Amino acid sequence: MSNESIVAVYVFVLAVFVGFEVISKVPSTLHTPLMSGANAIHGIVIVGAMLVASAIPGPIGTVLGFLAVVLGTANVVGGFVVTDRMLAMFKQRPTRKPQ
Amino acid sequence: MTVATLIPVAYLIAAVTFILGLKGLSSPTTAVLGNRIAATGMLVAVIATFFAADVQGGIPVILAGIAVGGIAGFVGARVVKMTAMPQMVALFNGAGGGAAALVAILEFSRQIDAGALEFGATLATLLALIIGGVSFSGSAVAFGKLQGIITPKAFRYSGQQLVTGGIAAATALLSLVLLAGAVAGSVPVEPMLLIAVITLLALAFGVALVMPIGGADMPVVISLLNAYTGLAVAMAGFTLNNQLLIVAGTLVGASGTILTRLMSKAMNRSLGNVLFGAFGAAPAGGGAAATAGDDGRSIRSISAEDAAILLGYAQNVIVVPGYGLAVAQAQHNVRELADLLESKGITVRYAIHPVAGRMPGHMNVLLAEANIPYDKLFDMEQINPEFPRADVALVIGANDVTNPAARSNPGSPIYGMPILDVDKAQNIIVIKRSMKPGFAGIDNDLYLDPKTAMLFGDAKEAVGKVVQELKRAA
Repeated sequence: MSNESIVAVYVFVLAVFVGFEVISKVPSTLHTPLMSGANAIHGIVIVGAMLVASAIPGPIGTVLGFLAVVLGTANVVGGFVVTDRMLAMFKQRPTRKPQ
Repeated sequence: MTVATLIPVAYLIAAVTFILGLKGLSSPTTAVLGNRIAATGMLVAVIATFFAADVQGGIPVILAGIAVGGIAGFVGARVVKMTAMPQMVALFNGAGGGAAALVAILEFSRQIDAGALEFGATLATLLALIIGGVSFSGSAVAFGKLQGIITPKAFRYSGQQLVTGGIAAATALLSLVLLAGAVAGSVPVEPMLLIAVITLLALAFGVALVMPIGGADMPVVISLLNAYTGLAVAMAGFTLNNQLLIVAGTLVGASGTILTRLMSKAMNRSLGNVLFGAFGAAPAGGGAAATAGDDGRSIRSISAEDAAILLGYAQNVIVVPGYGLAVAQAQHNVRELADLLESKGITVRYAIHPVAGRMPGHMNVLLAEANIPYDKLFDMEQINPEFPRADVALVIGANDVTNPAARSNPGSPIYGMPILDVDKAQNIIVIKRSMKPGFAGIDNDLYLDPKTAMLFGDAKEAVGKVVQELKRAA
């Protein structure tokens, strides 16, 4: 295994722990916005789509690259906008938690 | 130092904003900010990527793709009704999964053109392709079921497990052939053909996985597929050796897993049971016959006028909102009713089941939209001891989460699911369109309870009529 892929595995394992820690204390009222926000964040695949969009010369490669960017962008933009809309409804509420 | 060397720095900033964003989403006070911080980080990452060497050949294609996808995502997210939010999340999630699968296919093609497949890269790319493909087609089916394009009922046929298992086995086998070829240095068949077949199998597996799951379990499925997409993106990160994709994808994979577990727990069922259990299937003949009418109990119907009188003389009212309320857009009328009752000195509280609506927290979003204060919404554990003291429990478009069979009938498909103890209230008014069973497809014993009165009608109209009657009486 190359040094580079070892580093990648390190990053992966540490990110698993960060993921569990960061979101394990969410009140149930925010579960839907959280799922939607997390959904927007995996839209980072758009960066991957950009990097491979012109990897394969020829029409098939271009079409697939184009589609990957379209889907990735829809994920990012739609995800963040929908989450923002959901959260806007909580805005003027008193922020007291129902405990 | 060139601009390109700053790209990893931009990616690091983006990774930090994603962590801060998820943390921000954990609290009502910081959620809006958290979401915007993460969105800003995403913008930074995308702009930085435009300076990467690999991108330079494809700028026009990328800009066109961003324009099309951006408009589709923005318009879709702006026009969708709050009630249709779950299927919209499923759709955006499927888009992400599809993008990950396409990235994997393009990356395979590049690796093959470059000469040889390498074991580690092939494994990661295969996982991105398969998991992304499953998430894409699975989300499409989940969307179809929630939107009513596909029957929300569990779709089952004999030999189903054999077929699903066969698809999984074939996917694994062909993947092993490709991996073995990567190790040996040559693949026995045309590798792109093999990859095309694996893609189709992954898509078929996603369909086979979600079709047999009933509508009531869709929240769990969407959450699970959300985690899948995160994992697929992380695997694409391994393939491209891109740390940002690994971090962001893994964060979502971890968060989606936790959320999925919380939801399964709310329904008192293991994830395995959701995916492979008999939930949502047509109940066995014996079970169905035992629920309705055979013991002489009958349904009592009530007029809006009587309902208004019952509510007007109560001191303690608990409203149990369900998906029917959301569909009818009745949240504003409910608010009006509650204001009216409160002006008479009646206490009005709301009982929120963890899976009320179609996703956890969905009902809170809808009620917040109607300006119903947070402190009147109560979780199941908090409100259940209060039901015996409630003069009236007003059930609006909720069904399965109030079904006492979950407590008492071990033969029921929802046996063991925690429910709201509506049947313990002094009086129960159920607003419902018809006697049609709920999303789980089973009958509700609550409606046969002598304390229960049924007010038939669309939730919005029915609540509106009760409000009118209350105003007239005042």
